[in-house]
Amino acid sequence: MARAVWGTLLRLTLCTGAVCTTAFLYHDYCVIGAGPSGLQIAYFLQQAGRDYVVFERSHAPGSFFTLYPRHRKLISINKQYTGKSNSEFNLRHDWNSLLSHDHRLLFRHYSHDFFPDADTMVRYLEDFASLLKLQVQYNTAIVHVTLDRDQQAWNGHYFILMDQNRQNYKCSSLLVATGTWVPNVVNFPGSEYVEGYETVSINPEDFAGQTVLILGRGNSAFETAENILGVTNFIHMVSRSRVRLSWATHYVGDLRAINNGLLDTYQLKSLDGLLEGDLEDLAIVKDKKGKLHITLRFYLENRNTSAGIDSITLPQDELDNFATRAPYDRVIRCLGWKFDFSIYNRSLRLMPGKGNKKKYPQIKPSYESRGTRGLFVLGTASHSVDFRKSAGGFIHGFRYTTRAVHHLLENRHHSVPWPSTVYPITQLTNSIIKRVNEASGLYQMFSVLADIILLRENATAFEYLEEYPVGVLAELEAQTGRKAPSGLFVIIMEYGRNFSGADKDVFYYNRAVGEAQHAWQSNFLHPVIYYYKCLPTEQEMRLRPPNWSLPRPDAIHHIVEDFLTDWTAPNAHILPLRRFLENCLGTDLRNFFAESCFLFAFTRQKLPPFCQQGYVRMQGLVGSKRLQRHAVDAGLLEDYTGADLTGDRLLGSPEGSQDQLLRDHAMPVPPLQHLVNAKDEL
Amino acid sequence: QFKEFEVFLYDTDTVFCLPELDPQEYFSSLQAGRASLAYFSHNGMYLTSPFLEQIENSVEALQDYGISVVKVNCPKEDVSRYCGKENALRKAYLFRGNILIREFPTDALFDVNSIVANVLALLFNEVKYVETLADLQKIENSLKGRSNMVFAYVPATGTAGNNTQLFLFALFPELSLLSNGEPDVSSAQLFFCHCQQAMDLAQPCRRTPMEQALTMLNIHRHLKLMGAPLVTEVAEDPEKVSTVHLQLGLPLVFILSQKETYEADRRTAEFVAWQLLGKAGVALLSRYLISGVQGTLLGVPIKYLVLEDTDEVITLVKDKSKFEQIQEDEDEEDEDEKENDNQDDQVVEAVSRDRKRELPLEQILTLTEETFHSAMLEAARLVVLFYASWEAVSLAVLRSYVEVAGHLKGTQGVLLSQVNCWDWPGVCTKENITQFPTIKIYEKGGRSLTYNGMLGTEELASFIILSQVSCPLKLATIDEAEGYLRGELPSELSSYHHSSVLGVFSKATSSLFFRSHKYAVSPPALLLARSRDQSVEGIPLSKQNVQDIVQLIRYELLDIFPEITVQNLPHYLQLRKPLLIMFSDGDIGQMESKEMLKLAKGRPQQAFVTCWLNLKNTPVGHGVLKAYFATVPSLPVLVWVNLHTGGQVFKFPPDQSVTEMNILSWLEKLKAGLEIPISTLSEEDWKPPLPAYNFLQMMETTVPEFTLHTSYSRRDTQEQQQPESSEEKATVREEQLEESRVEAEKGQTPGRDLRGTAPRLAGREKRHSEL
Repeated sequence: MARAVWGTLLRLTLCTGAVCTTAFLYHDYCVIGAGPSGLQIAYFLQQAGRDYVVFERSHAPGSFFTLYPRHRKLISINKQYTGKSNSEFNLRHDWNSLLSHDHRLLFRHYSHDFFPDADTMVRYLEDFASLLKLQVQYNTAIVHVTLDRDQQAWNGHYFILMDQNRQNYKCSSLLVATGTWVPNVVNFPGSEYVEGYETVSINPEDFAGQTVLILGRGNSAFETAENILGVTNFIHMVSRSRVRLSWATHYVGDLRAINNGLLDTYQLKSLDGLLEGDLEDLAIVKDKKGKLHITLRFYLENRNTSAGIDSITLPQDELDNFATRAPYDRVIRCLGWKFDFSIYNRSLRLMPGKGNKKKYPQIKPSYESRGTRGLFVLGTASHSVDFRKSAGGFIHGFRYTTRAVHHLLENRHHSVPWPSTVYPITQLTNSIIKRVNEASGLYQMFSVLADIILLRENATAFEYLEEYPVGVLAELEAQTGRKAPSGLFVIIMEYGRNFSGADKDVFYYNRAVGEAQHAWQSNFLHPVIYYYKCLPTEQEMRLRPPNWSLPRPDAIHHIVEDFLTDWTAPNAHILPLRRFLENCLGTDLRNFFAESCFLFAFTRQKLPPFCQQGYVRMQGLVGSKRLQRHAVDAGLLEDYTGADLTGDRLLGSPEGSQDQLLRDHAMPVPPLQHLVNAKDEL
Repeated sequence: QFKEFEVFLYDTDTVFCLPELDPQEYFSSLQAGRASLAYFSHNGMYLTSPFLEQIENSVEALQDYGISVVKVNCPKEDVSRYCGKENALRKAYLFRGNILIREFPTDALFDVNSIVANVLALLFNEVKYVETLADLQKIENSLKGRSNMVFAYVPATGTAGNNTQLFLFALFPELSLLSNGEPDVSSAQLFFCHCQQAMDLAQPCRRTPMEQALTMLNIHRHLKLMGAPLVTEVAEDPEKVSTVHLQLGLPLVFILSQKETYEADRRTAEFVAWQLLGKAGVALLSRYLISGVQGTLLGVPIKYLVLEDTDEVITLVKDKSKFEQIQEDEDEEDEDEKENDNQDDQVVEAVSRDRKRELPLEQILTLTEETFHSAMLEAARLVVLFYASWEAVSLAVLRSYVEVAGHLKGTQGVLLSQVNCWDWPGVCTKENITQFPTIKIYEKGGRSLTYNGMLGTEELASFIILSQVSCPLKLATIDEAEGYLRGELPSELSSYHHSSVLGVFSKATSSLFFRSHKYAVSPPALLLARSRDQSVEGIPLSKQNVQDIVQLIRYELLDIFPEITVQNLPHYLQLRKPLLIMFSDGDIGQMESKEMLKLAKGRPQQAFVTCWLNLKNTPVGHGVLKAYFATVPSLPVLVWVNLHTGGQVFKFPPDQSVTEMNILSWLEKLKAGLEIPISTLSEEDWKPPLPAYNFLQMMETTVPEFTLHTSYSRRDTQEQQQPESSEEKATVREEQLEESRVEAEKGQTPGRDLRGTAPRLAGREKRHSEL
């Protein structure tokens, strides 16, 4: 209620410099962009009953998808059948749905295609926004964002957003979900002849009998090539880096098999080809017939610009077998997109990342901007956290990181601690097995989101937190409002250390590990459990080895990779996990039938946790006769029903009889010729 | 005679390096009987390094056999026998004491194995071989009255691995050491023949087999024990006693003796000592010389036994050592990291052995996310078992649940169903299922009840039946109330044994008010009708708090002199009182029963629970008795068990008859601390049964950056700023890692082939430090 009053008070007139705006519209949370991640955070804010608004410049959500991908086929899978009914598990193979409680909003109800059409995504997002009644303000393009310092504000400042109509909005927290939509371009002599992916024709007939050069080597480049492969003379594709195949790098953003027809035609010498080279060195000259020739910027710099094409040196003049000496009819640029930095005032210090992450704004592992407190980046634009590693740039990944950000915000601004469940310690193995088998967030956002188990004192109970951003593990207590007094487990999914990579042979023999004792060498995605006696410090996090999501733990366990990703095998998966947990906690986590607990109660002063938390509380596991029989047969339960009161069970045991034999003086002893021989050999 | 052995108990932490001496030092250091391998070199002159390396490597291996390896630096001008000749420098010399046994050309000692083999082969000659039993007999006879003998059966496969065991004997030249082969015996065994004391030529010498694995350390231990006096006579405070046995961590049995019976006690002690030779020591404690024996010995708790039979002592010690041996064996296996693959969870194993049996689930409705809510409307009561199909306890309960379904077949208004939370996590989350398994009963009206009793067929079935009755049941007339207390009402329950609780409150009708007077209580009160004894008891209700009333009813439902069973023990454990429990094979005798009941009834508020256990109904009681007594005593036996404080167990003297008076006076003595407990319950914590895979350690060998994180990460942040070069470096490092991993993998396979050789050597080292 206080907040509502505050909100109205803020509808004041404010003049800065020459510009005098009439009024602010205040919201606690402002979201820019009604794409998948914008709608996703809107859903969580709405569920939590927060004051929020989503600004969308288009008239409908997901405007990126109305244009892209140009050839309309999404490469995110939409698996109809998994053989399982577990809805959480099935999300692992549904890369398009957003998270909600509404079962109608599952993508499989929208399309039966394994690779659905982009129009379906647009329709889905429209439904998501309308069915869930999300607060989206359409036709509102935020053109400028500044800060308004105020000690009273949540973060020491308010965000002032201005739209195309100079309407101002004041927000306590800014959630940027604008994606990356500004096409990457390169400028070189002749780049004016280059067509962009965003406008190039998608009608293959337009390419009939043409020779095409494609700049770029991502999915959009291959998608474009795939479309015209059958009708062109040939296609050449040039890019600085080697092709990175998704199935070798285990990164869904690299070249997916569905688009890789050109690799076939290249390797089978069917005229198409791939080349490596720096686009910055390139130059394109057009001849009189309109054909495009590839030359090098270097040649152009040394010539008189006024002279015609004839005066330009082409590489083949000096090197007569130069690879791209054939002229092209078209050159198409497919270089991807970058984040739109232009709308943020300098004071927000929203900086581009370094190196290959320069298309993304710099953010912390908590998704908060490095430059401005209270500004969170969501969705594709937040991919710098796990670029080329995990799925944070894609719907099936950022739907979970968005949820994590929401939990962080709830704790920070509304004192709602991170959701958790408290279990008795006897459920420790179970709770981990359950999660690693069904959890989708852990699975998609491997090495980024982790489940955290906080041990209570004396390790009799624990608290389970799901899908926490592992990069801010050191800040766990502050970020979640939960305490880690007695150590913690971090459950995460990982690929093998040296398994993934553009140049790796991922099909080598013995690539998969089968034995639990070699689980640490597992290559395919598998659960890893880190144990820390104390929460790692920020310094330990900072100094962790490169490419490790976590610092050195006090103990580590790998659950051996599984062909079916089904980690429920009692001996290969659950037993080694239990041993690991037992040794971390220094206790015995076995299950016992009531009869065993009875015996322990009479013969020991202390009871194992299972008896302590079950039998003693009158919840013992009696077990059917048949099961008890099995346990007796296995030697794990003693059968006292026919108990022999003399108590001498040693007779007839193999050792016993051997002793008897040895003591027997009448025992025949054969000659030891071979032993003597062996002695001679020495 | 045995002193020599102590020489070998060296410290494993010593770094094995090649000592360098000058000739004088060397020759003066030579001890009689000790072997050493030396090679001579001139100062500043270096032998070909491969040899040097190999001989350095053999230092540790040979030291295991008590052979020292020394490099002797000859002064330049020295022209003595070993230093002078140029030829001599190409040789290594094996000495025993200061006697040269053999010289080796250095090229014969090309690696560790050849060095060790060559050296040991020579010393090996000192072991005598026996091929027939007659030969053994001959040697035995020749030694009688003079010397003892160590004698070993060795499996005669003749591989190098086994020969190393033979070499061990070479270290004990003072004993007549014999070897014998027997192909049928799978493992080598060592015997100690006590011939020194044997006087009668017709009798074979006594033999004591060594029961541990044949490692040098165990042999040392064994021989040391054999050398110890058979019976130690103690005339001082036992706490100050220190014998070889205690030093080696073995038990020491004190036999208390009186002046009058000294001779007989001495004979008993010797008899016991022979039986326990090598397993425990025996000391004869003259009781008349010292006062009370209390407390612990060297910090080890002492277990008292009233000696009725020497066998009892022997069994006790042997069982203990057997137990320890098993543990030791387990430890050894852990090192191979194989045995912790074995399932040691009885529930998991039992369920997995039963997994192929198809459960008859016809009586149980399988619910899904879609059908869960509609099923609730189908029956007055919907029982739901929430479980996970991969979880063992769930599956064990499912089996009992199937039996419950069989029992309840045809019961109206109850529908049994199950939800597999692995298939339908949504339902389970919504129903707030945090534990597997959970059983809930949903009433049509929407109320639900979570079952929190014993997870057994009978308990669950009766819970379901009782839950059919609306609770609380409103009784309109006195007749109904009477019927209810007799168990006739409600009719659904008439055929089931159950206890009934009737609440009588002031609002009740006046006649009921009167009735409550019949039970000698005034409202508010509870009337409690136990199913067993038909009696109705009135209990005044002083507290109004729900928790307190529940607690009161629970408490009142307990029997005065209960038969303890697996199912009801927890109810009595909650009282946190000591148990006075009679173990009986079958029904308890009338006389005892009467006396015990008298005892129990006489003192309703007393500080202990009087109860009994029928071994026929609760066979696991045998296990309890075995834990309390070394052997099962004659039954019935009355025992006082302090389960919650101290864990002491006392046995009611069997020569006294079980009467209230006797028991009470015995209890007085207990309180006064005049009785000695027959055993004390272990206070041990429940530690992990077996170690886990140490992946962290395994990773360290191949992923070093994980350990050296600080330095590595710094370097890497620099690298990241120079992308081109970092990529190169990264690939180089990855290649290295790849190689080392391949190496590690290669290393594993031969390691496994060599099980029992290389790992054993390592394992033995470990044991040295334990001494």
